Amino acid sequence: MAKTMFEKIWEQHVVAEPEGQPALIYIDLHLVHEVTSPQAFEALRLTNRKVRRPDLTISTVDHNVPTDDTRAEEIKDPIARKQVETLRRNCKETGVTLYDVDSAAQGIVHVIGPEQGYTQPGMTIVCGDSHTSTHGAFGSLAFGIGTSEVEHVLATQTLRQAKPKTMEIRFNGDLKQGVTAKDMILSAIGKMGTAGGTGYVVEYTGDAIKKLSMAGRMTVCNMTIEAGARAGLIAPDDTTFDWMRGRKFVPKGEDFDTAVAEWRELASDEDAEYDALLEIDCDELEPHVSWGTNPGQVARVTDRVPSPEDFDDSADVSSAKRALEYMGLTGGTAIEDIEIDRVFIGSCTNARIEDLRAASHIVKGRKVASTVRAQIMPGSTLTKMLAEKEGLDKIFKEAGFEWRESGCSMCLGMNPDILEPGERCASTSNRNFEGRQGKGGRTHLVSPEMAAAAAIEGHFVDVRDWEIE
Amino acid sequence: MEKFTKLTSIVAPLDRANVDTDQIIPKQFLKRIERTGFGEFAFFDWRYLEDGVLNPDFILNQDRYRNANILVGGRNFGSGSSREHAPWALKEMGFQAIIATSFADIFRNNCMQNGMLPVILSESEVDTIMARALRGSGYKVTVDLESQTVTDDQGLNASFDVDPFRKNSLLEGLDDVGLSMSFGEAIDSFEEKRTARW
Repeated sequence: MAKTMFEKIWEQHVVAEPEGQPALIYIDLHLVHEVTSPQAFEALRLTNRKVRRPDLTISTVDHNVPTDDTRAEEIKDPIARKQVETLRRNCKETGVTLYDVDSAAQGIVHVIGPEQGYTQPGMTIVCGDSHTSTHGAFGSLAFGIGTSEVEHVLATQTLRQAKPKTMEIRFNGDLKQGVTAKDMILSAIGKMGTAGGTGYVVEYTGDAIKKLSMAGRMTVCNMTIEAGARAGLIAPDDTTFDWMRGRKFVPKGEDFDTAVAEWRELASDEDAEYDALLEIDCDELEPHVSWGTNPGQVARVTDRVPSPEDFDDSADVSSAKRALEYMGLTGGTAIEDIEIDRVFIGSCTNARIEDLRAASHIVKGRKVASTVRAQIMPGSTLTKMLAEKEGLDKIFKEAGFEWRESGCSMCLGMNPDILEPGERCASTSNRNFEGRQGKGGRTHLVSPEMAAAAAIEGHFVDVRDWEIE
Repeated sequence: MEKFTKLTSIVAPLDRANVDTDQIIPKQFLKRIERTGFGEFAFFDWRYLEDGVLNPDFILNQDRYRNANILVGGRNFGSGSSREHAPWALKEMGFQAIIATSFADIFRNNCMQNGMLPVILSESEVDTIMARALRGSGYKVTVDLESQTVTDDQGLNASFDVDPFRKNSLLEGLDDVGLSMSFGEAIDSFEEKRTARW
């Protein structure tokens, strides 16, 4: 029978399927960070259990770390400091590799996994972090788990999983200049709603996906969870293999060729069937901007902010009403008339070298508007070093951007990088929830290109009209 | 894990769709390394005013819901981040069962790892419970996991689905990890094959 990529990976990882119980699935790679792991390590300690496979477990500090020049010092917030120190102690005691702040391999966990070559096609990957879906860009089955499940994986290297349904999201056509992977996924979430993918694993297909860079594919898969689906996958192809070749933990030489031959087999069979299908035409796609307080509340840049009465469903009406009030917006306002105070280019969604290059093309030779504070937090320390080698930091700094250290930073503001109440931010991150970037802060989700252009103009602009050197 | 069998309690209504885990427990409270100490910070931005005083406009602050152990919410409850701190916070706030038309997957899993029961009912059933909880004071329902029903004394008799494995784990208060470790031999042999391949 024809199989989807998800079904192939699933079947390769079933350890046991006891009668009347969810399957026990083997986990090939377990990524760990400081926020969702301390209670799991503590539970192992209390039950005298060991980390079964420290060699398949990789950790870093990303959520709490400062991105300013105090990075090498102790974290000022004593509770955050204790959390980071707890991870250090747990890794030391259990033999789990830790990429600490002084390591070039440190960074946002979903940036460094692929960057170091840990993330590979056909793998099962979990992390106590919902954006683990990012790794699906390589054709791996990757999803976020809670802390109890982190404990389960640490102890058994397996996870109990009911088999999810499958959905195909097919992006047809070609993206126009200035329209990006971020706009593809924002448009999909806008169509599906934030719960449209609940219970599904999504596979992204179509010409526009095939033409995307790996960074773009990671952006798409990253935000799968914002549509409610825990995992999103893309079939690995030459783009994938070219991107992976030579990375530290990717097989070398003949082993690489053998692996590639296996990885090519992962793609869904031609007549494989999915439980659901969504098609999106990329020829007509425009840059997107979120206007509300969930990632399904998005508009095209040429649109206006909707009014509550534009919605049919009563829950959507009251959601829109609340969202507009929180966001300080009035229905009917042109998206391009929304003025911003802050710009954040960062996060596991859009802080890879390709994202920084794309933003730099917009910024080059221009100045950040005097009313805007703009910051860039590269996705990893290695990304930052590479960007500096290419001179991107100079472009950004000359334009008036702050060039910071890597970490999750203002995507969720666990470290000191937060919005002040009422501040409005063009953000390349993934969630525009109330208070996400700081209590009272107002987040608009956009692509790196759109964020960069908004930084220059002080309000949203259609980046398709932009002249790029 | 603590058992969940049957619970009769006052119902607290939170009539909002897409209540996300950032709202349930904001990020500044995720820095603790314990599983406890989150309850007082649940719904922090909605629950407290600037000076730390309880916000009288937030419905869960009303006296009539103070002793509720059951929460009824809107659709897609618990969306967003995977933080298990969200169910920990709700549990400490007193909630052991949450009723909604739908839940985000990770949140739902996390609840059931902590002896809490997420109950999915139809829109009309949730609307009925929501309306009755909003109307008076002291409105109670009984959530019975064994019979998979939610009932009240005004004629509500709703049934819900639950995965049989999760149901049993909740009824017995079973430790998931311990159970999976009993598959040690299967894991060993899977790993042998896997190592041979890689």
